Amino acid sequence: MTLITDLTAFYGYDITAETREPTRPPVRRRQVPVSLISLLTVISLLMIWTAAAAAELVSPVFLPSPAVVATSLWNLLTVGFVDSTLAQQVLASLRRVLGALGVAVVIGVPAGLAIGTSRIGRGILDPIVEFLRPLPPLAYLPLIIIWFAIGEASKVTVIALSMLPSIVISTAAGVRAVSKDHINAARAFGATRRQVTLHVVLRSALPSILTGTRIALGTGWSALVAAELVAATRGLGFMIQSAAQFLVTDVVIAGIAVIALIAILLEIAARALEKWLAPWASAH
Amino acid sequence: MSQLSFNEVSLIYPARGRHCAAQLVLDRINLSVSTGEFVVVIGRSGSGKTSLLNLAAGFQEPSEGKVTLDGKIIEGPGTERAVVFQDDALYPWLDARDNVAFPLKIKGMGERDRRARGDELLELVGLPEAGQRRIWELSGGMRQRVGIARALAAEPRFLLLDEPLGALDALTRSRLQIFLLDVWRKSRSGALLITHSIDEALLLATRIVVLSPNPGRLAADIPSSFAADILAGAPAVEVRASPAFKRMHDGLTGLIQAVSPEEELAA
Repeated sequence: MTLITDLTAFYGYDITAETREPTRPPVRRRQVPVSLISLLTVISLLMIWTAAAAAELVSPVFLPSPAVVATSLWNLLTVGFVDSTLAQQVLASLRRVLGALGVAVVIGVPAGLAIGTSRIGRGILDPIVEFLRPLPPLAYLPLIIIWFAIGEASKVTVIALSMLPSIVISTAAGVRAVSKDHINAARAFGATRRQVTLHVVLRSALPSILTGTRIALGTGWSALVAAELVAATRGLGFMIQSAAQFLVTDVVIAGIAVIALIAILLEIAARALEKWLAPWASAH
Repeated sequence: MSQLSFNEVSLIYPARGRHCAAQLVLDRINLSVSTGEFVVVIGRSGSGKTSLLNLAAGFQEPSEGKVTLDGKIIEGPGTERAVVFQDDALYPWLDARDNVAFPLKIKGMGERDRRARGDELLELVGLPEAGQRRIWELSGGMRQRVGIARALAAEPRFLLLDEPLGALDALTRSRLQIFLLDVWRKSRSGALLITHSIDEALLLATRIVVLSPNPGRLAADIPSSFAADILAGAPAVEVRASPAFKRMHDGLTGLIQAVSPEEELAA
């Protein structure tokens, strides 16, 4: 048997021609990368801010220049504000949010599992989650303060409550999406209900649980700042609130910048964690 | 010797609401598979092939009749019957070796023994290097090999194969057919394979069972000897080209068309 290598000669025309992309004149216009556009936007905003501050369009008390804010950020780092350095304020806030996250995961994952696997569980928990989900955390903060007083407990409770719905809902969604074959395979190998839950259902739902956790971190972080604005003696929210009361606008702006920066860092860390713990979810 | 039997087995999906009437899926099936047999069930979609396998696996219960293993009624899945799924059903959070050793983990075997056995089984299915590989990095054919190794880990008496080669390209498929035959002989188990390929049925089966669709009824139960030829060393290409094979192929095609007239049939 001989192999036909010259297809064009064999068929009398180039059979690959029609399957190929139609040849277009190559686009030589250079495209500006989006990141560059974003960078230029930030720089422009800073310049407008600097110009506005230099021209003293409004009083420096209300709008300090970027340089003043930078200096106050440096002072926050080295000296601190209201008895605490920036690191201590950040640490106080982070401890609250991470502590609340722990509580929310410990309660939320089993709750989501119950909703996703059992009709009774769904019947009991669904209305609670659906009641809690659309509520702004600040709406129940006063009640929590009445119950738990102004201490760490009330803040952690508020943050945990704000985190719960997204963890519960994403866990339930992940549990419901577990492949039937995956469960049947385990059952065929003699797995008990507990083993199926542990080795298949929860493992399979992990990417979804982690996504829910990442979203929860975002909502928790905003709830935290709100809670600290109202009732705290340390923390980023407290810091900008008390600075505002003394009209120390540069500290307020520096504090807002730090809050935004940490929110971004938390998001990045959570994404890295997802990639590390559940690489298969992003690999397909 | 072990025997998996269907005695007058019917399966009815009950009516659901106004628009979905009760549906008879399998109608009084009588069938048995013994260890050492390779029974291939063939039929069009709607003939209840997969339901038949699910009943054997214990994922479902019959509406009427009995499914028994050595005379005992099957109540749910069990380690003496291992299942290989069409879309492999491997666990992406485990590497290839841990997938293969998963049944041993369920059994409570220690980690070191588990690993050793996992490596052994991967070698048996021709993937000695794949132990640490992630499932999603493997090709479809490799994944099915891992799936088969996992089924073997439980040391089952019966292999229940639900179109395990259905999603593979033709070349990989014909290679894995021979591989499957070899695995079946070495494991001395009984095999129940679901397929819609007549060619595959003829190559692998010691017995071919034809189901007619809507509802699934046993239309034929025919012995086949081509698998024995292949196990005796005859190349699959020659077996396929033999007049006897072609005659059987035509006969089966005619039979299946006669019992299920609509639709074109897969070769």
